[in-house]
Amino acid sequence: MNTVQNFEIFAPKLVDRKEYFSAGHRACQGCGEVLALRLLLKGLGDDVVVANATGCMEIISSAYPQTAWLHPYIHVAFENAAAVGSGVEAGLKALRRKGKIADRDVKTIAIAGDGGTADIGLQALSGAMERGHDMIFFCLDNEAYMNTGIQRSSATPFMAATTTSPAGEAIPGQRTGKKNVPEIMVAHKVPYVATACPSYPIDLINKVKKAKAVKGPAYIHIFSMCPTGWRCASEITIKLGRLVVETGVFPLYEVENGKYRLTMEVPEKLRPVGDYLKPQGRFRHLTPSNIETIQERVNREWEILMNKIECMQPW
Amino acid sequence: MGKRIGMEVGIAAAEAVALCNIDVAAVYPITPQSHIAEHMADIIHDGRIDAEFITVESEHSSISACAGASATGARVYTATSSQGLMLMHEILPIVSAMRLPVVMGNANRAVSGPLNIWNDHGDIMPQRDSGWICLFTENGQEVIDLSIMAFKIAEDPEVMLPTVVNIDGFQLTHMIEPLEFPTQAQVNKFLPDRKPYATLHPDNPMTMGCFNMPDIFTETMKAKDTALWNSKKTIVKVFNEWGRQFGRKYNVVETYKAKDAETLILTMGSMGETASIAVDEMRKAGRKVGLVKLRLWRPFPVEELRAAIKGCKTLIVMDRAISFGGAGGPVATEIKSFLFHDKGRPRIVDFLMGLGGRDVTVGDFIAMVERAKNKKDETYEYYGVRE
Amino acid sequence: MAKKKTEQKKWPEKWHEVTPGCMVFEPGNAANYKTGSWKAQRPILDTKKCIKCGICYIFCPEACIQEDTEGFFQADLGYCKGCGICAHECWPGAISMVEEEE
Repeated sequence: MNTVQNFEIFAPKLVDRKEYFSAGHRACQGCGEVLALRLLLKGLGDDVVVANATGCMEIISSAYPQTAWLHPYIHVAFENAAAVGSGVEAGLKALRRKGKIADRDVKTIAIAGDGGTADIGLQALSGAMERGHDMIFFCLDNEAYMNTGIQRSSATPFMAATTTSPAGEAIPGQRTGKKNVPEIMVAHKVPYVATACPSYPIDLINKVKKAKAVKGPAYIHIFSMCPTGWRCASEITIKLGRLVVETGVFPLYEVENGKYRLTMEVPEKLRPVGDYLKPQGRFRHLTPSNIETIQERVNREWEILMNKIECMQPW
Repeated sequence: MGKRIGMEVGIAAAEAVALCNIDVAAVYPITPQSHIAEHMADIIHDGRIDAEFITVESEHSSISACAGASATGARVYTATSSQGLMLMHEILPIVSAMRLPVVMGNANRAVSGPLNIWNDHGDIMPQRDSGWICLFTENGQEVIDLSIMAFKIAEDPEVMLPTVVNIDGFQLTHMIEPLEFPTQAQVNKFLPDRKPYATLHPDNPMTMGCFNMPDIFTETMKAKDTALWNSKKTIVKVFNEWGRQFGRKYNVVETYKAKDAETLILTMGSMGETASIAVDEMRKAGRKVGLVKLRLWRPFPVEELRAAIKGCKTLIVMDRAISFGGAGGPVATEIKSFLFHDKGRPRIVDFLMGLGGRDVTVGDFIAMVERAKNKKDETYEYYGVRE
Repeated sequence: MAKKKTEQKKWPEKWHEVTPGCMVFEPGNAANYKTGSWKAQRPILDTKKCIKCGICYIFCPEACIQEDTEGFFQADLGYCKGCGICAHECWPGAISMVEEEE
């Protein structure tokens, strides 16, 4: 065992031990999304105000008169986390400038699920990022509307079965590919865009810290494993997060001022997607030829990303 | 008191808000509110006031941003109209439920479809159940005065409710009127800094926007309803204070030659001025006609209305919005409902008129009073429609 | 500056006890809600095998695994929902899941 491995093994002990999201929240067993939330809050530390969208993380954390939040927190509606965050940021900025609150940096963050980001919240997100608010937007992406009962969103992957994209005789699940919101954020010239996954906690926390240091907008898209919605065992949550990265289905990367960088080890050959698909009930209906189709799509996306990493220069 | 100057009312609304030391304005442009938005931007970009101006990408986001900013303790203003207000609709009851004292100017305009950019009250009426304090203005001076008073009412610790000031689109927003502005020192004295009940700040973390299970939702709703009803005390108090300081006295229900009137016309907003001329003419002809104007729509000033209409035989309600397939215009329906059990209540005649910018002249008011005389029942009627 | 004006009752019952805007002034009071009863299995830590790496701690969605005075990471069964992530991720195999008894 060399020192580097030792460091990796014991790295969990080095993260901020303070918890910013209390136990007693009502997330499902083995929820990858609440773990993502717990870790990102560790990355943020203190001096944060949270604007949250309606969704799983809101429902499981704030049944009046209880709250799992330790930060100042506001929830208004489903589609407007970025707009509410814009207001929070502007309010804090004005009050600080006018000497009405303490003169120190307080970071505004907005959190939404994939529906609240890629679908109903996309307009508010685009507006907030374009206006350049000093705010981090987190998309906790569990690839469907889990809170309402596993309906498809535009972030649901190709061929996944959900309650509104069922695996039927004629149509085998979701007909479209996953909307690439990080790419949309890059197109907004957001200075820091990253993808992350709670199975890689140190990577996730480091990205959050980087985003917090940016003066301006930042966007982090966090893959959030959902055993309930994906119909798989709760204990394999972390394993699924590793598999999605190792198969190249959800690569970990960051884009700083337009410059792409892979933050995972570049594998010589990606693991076959079947390894990731097979443990999940939402992909149970797939035939070998379906899996082959998905494999081809993943390979193509991977190549596109590698090209960007190679070619794109910082703006 | 400063001297009178000629100014467009929409611009005056922005100037009045600028006197209120606001911290954040989030505004999305829409006709006929756009002059308010543009002038607000001018004031902030010229550095005349120290505030953040958020050029949101929709009205849904403007009201959402206002909620977020207000939650930090900032004094917040937005303005909209018609479709913009409809787009805000989802967020309006959340802002009031969260007890965030956002102030909004609404340039009243018809609601699509078909598209029509002119004045009626079809935009604000669908928002009546959203828990906002809802005020109406009759002329430019009232727009200035009520825009300033709205902050004091909304932010009062006994109230903590968002407030909308209705300004009739074009008929008021685009009029140039002689106006009198209070000085900055006078406004500072009248309207001190906001003292928020709670704020989003790491120095004292707290949670806003919890959801309610069925076991508490009803209680929360009653608490909100009670808060809105109770706000009338503060509204009257603030009106009186304004009267003492500036000499212009406001009432939640205004009357004109109503005391001995057998027939009363009831209006809201800018129509009141035309109606008062009609009353003068009818009085000259010896008719006992008077005028009642609702300044406050929510909470509904029921006692004040009862006092104002006491003794009158016919109450003619001018409704500028429609409840399709319903009991009539929203104002008349409401009044009928309140007065249902009152012994000797007046006959209530409900005219739907002045829709989508259709002019209502002095002659029209006189004609409606004539028509009301012969009307047998209390069903609603479209006035001036080509049959 | 944020401040609270009134003492908040733990559980409002009557309508006038509801805090304005349903605001909650007690951050993290969800800890009063014990989720431990949800579990069908409980994690058992074998301290002989445990190398105190903290991998179970970092991956616990409940934030209910914390380091004890001896440096072992122990799950608070008052909150543990029995998802089994810790046992699955513990590479020295120091955590096993056992059926919860009624």
